[in-house]
Amino acid sequence: MERYAILPIGKQGVLGTVRQFLASLLEKKLVDALLVPLELPTRDNVVPTIVSNPEQVQAANPLAPVMPVNAARLVSRITMVSPSPDRLGVVLRPCELRALVELVKLKQASLEKLLLIGIDCHGTYPVDDYGKFVKESSSPTEDFLNRVREGKDDPLLRKACQTCEYPVPMGADLTIGLFGANLEKGIVLVAGTPEGEKVIQELGLEAIETEERQPAIAKLIEERAGKREELLKQTQEEIRGLDKLMAALATCINCHNCKTVCPLCYCKECFFDSPVFEFEAEKYLGWAKRKGALRMPNDTLLFHLTRLNHMVISCVGCGLCTEACPNDIPVSDIFRLVGHQVQKTFDYVPGRNLDEELPLTTFKEEELPEIGM
Amino acid sequence: MAEEKEFEPIIVGFFCNWCTATAADLAGTLRMQYPANIRPIRTMCSGSVDPVYVLRALLGGADGVIVGGCTPGDCHYVSGNYKARRRMSILKTVLNTLGLEDDRVWIKWISAAEGAKFARIMNEVTESVKKLGPNPIGKDWSI
Repeated sequence: MERYAILPIGKQGVLGTVRQFLASLLEKKLVDALLVPLELPTRDNVVPTIVSNPEQVQAANPLAPVMPVNAARLVSRITMVSPSPDRLGVVLRPCELRALVELVKLKQASLEKLLLIGIDCHGTYPVDDYGKFVKESSSPTEDFLNRVREGKDDPLLRKACQTCEYPVPMGADLTIGLFGANLEKGIVLVAGTPEGEKVIQELGLEAIETEERQPAIAKLIEERAGKREELLKQTQEEIRGLDKLMAALATCINCHNCKTVCPLCYCKECFFDSPVFEFEAEKYLGWAKRKGALRMPNDTLLFHLTRLNHMVISCVGCGLCTEACPNDIPVSDIFRLVGHQVQKTFDYVPGRNLDEELPLTTFKEEELPEIGM
Repeated sequence: MAEEKEFEPIIVGFFCNWCTATAADLAGTLRMQYPANIRPIRTMCSGSVDPVYVLRALLGGADGVIVGGCTPGDCHYVSGNYKARRRMSILKTVLNTLGLEDDRVWIKWISAAEGAKFARIMNEVTESVKKLGPNPIGKDWSI
């Protein structure tokens, strides 16, 4: 059962209120440190940072519409070798939280001693667009929230965000609730777990009921789901069939950036960077002879098809693969389209629930009759 | 004019050591014929056949791939065959969604005692792939 409390917004504004809330977690020793995006001194980007000094939280900005990395990777980096010894609050967007849940299932991260703080996500801009946006505005975060409040389509939002049907964190202890909240008055703090409720009590925040939150979320999800359907349809038209698929992948140079930024691609050594894919010269020449010609670097289609096979079941659609592509291949769109079908087969939503087993680690005796065994 | 040669597909078979590969042996001992189009590769378990190997075969010019594992409940490693079925299901869904031919990929359960079934299925698979014709991806230089 979710419980709500209110973070009253005074003259410090929405961002100031969030900062004050985060600082109070440190001051009251409810957490020993926070992993939260901090504004760089140059202000043109925010970067995930481990903060233990409450004063430095004054530069925190989890509301800035930019996500340079999927922070699930960083939580994995921090907790992979050993779980956190101290209480660590991690402030995550919904897709980061879902990726983290998948990484925990893949035994790449530990939630021990973590306080999961989710934020309602309006979406993010590409990093360079955010840099430009910041230069044009004196208070970019407030400006962004105003844009959102006007309710118009924001063309700067990444396509992955515009079509994301999971704007609300799933499984967070606490959620910084923006949807349906009257941001003149207060932010809704949502406790999703007993852990979260304890924090609200310790902070002495006023419990409230809200009638506006759920309808606002439902409306947003409906809009986003509609856009996702359009995206799937359009992607299907653009890439279905060998010729169209190869046209979409034509500019792939095998840089593997999409793999590097993917929060789920966790292998220490990727198959494709391993000696399995090192061949003698006669192999290359032999392939060229048989086919008449051989594109180099080779195996681009094999790379993408294999990554789809390995990862698409857990793809949370954060879209950073598309951002990382130097040649603008719509990697994320392809993953969304294929992921939709594959995840549907197993009724699986990545990151929905820690207790749901990864489809590839389990089975049912009677299933998948269409395979025709 | 020379008569056009019938299309002879190349079909890569990944056969589990404990069941399907043994069934292949049995088919031989029983003097049962199966098409020479099948190029068998013995694996320790159908569950150890990563989709990348199946894709490698298809993209490298094979016209079809068949994965053979133990019958339900008989997997030497308890559940590898069930997991193989899930992997191949995902592989077929990936191919199908992208408009590539997923019907060139097969997975079948053939126990060590089923030499006759092995020969029959290899015949069926070969016939099906002959009907599909050559695999277009295998001939494409630009993939």
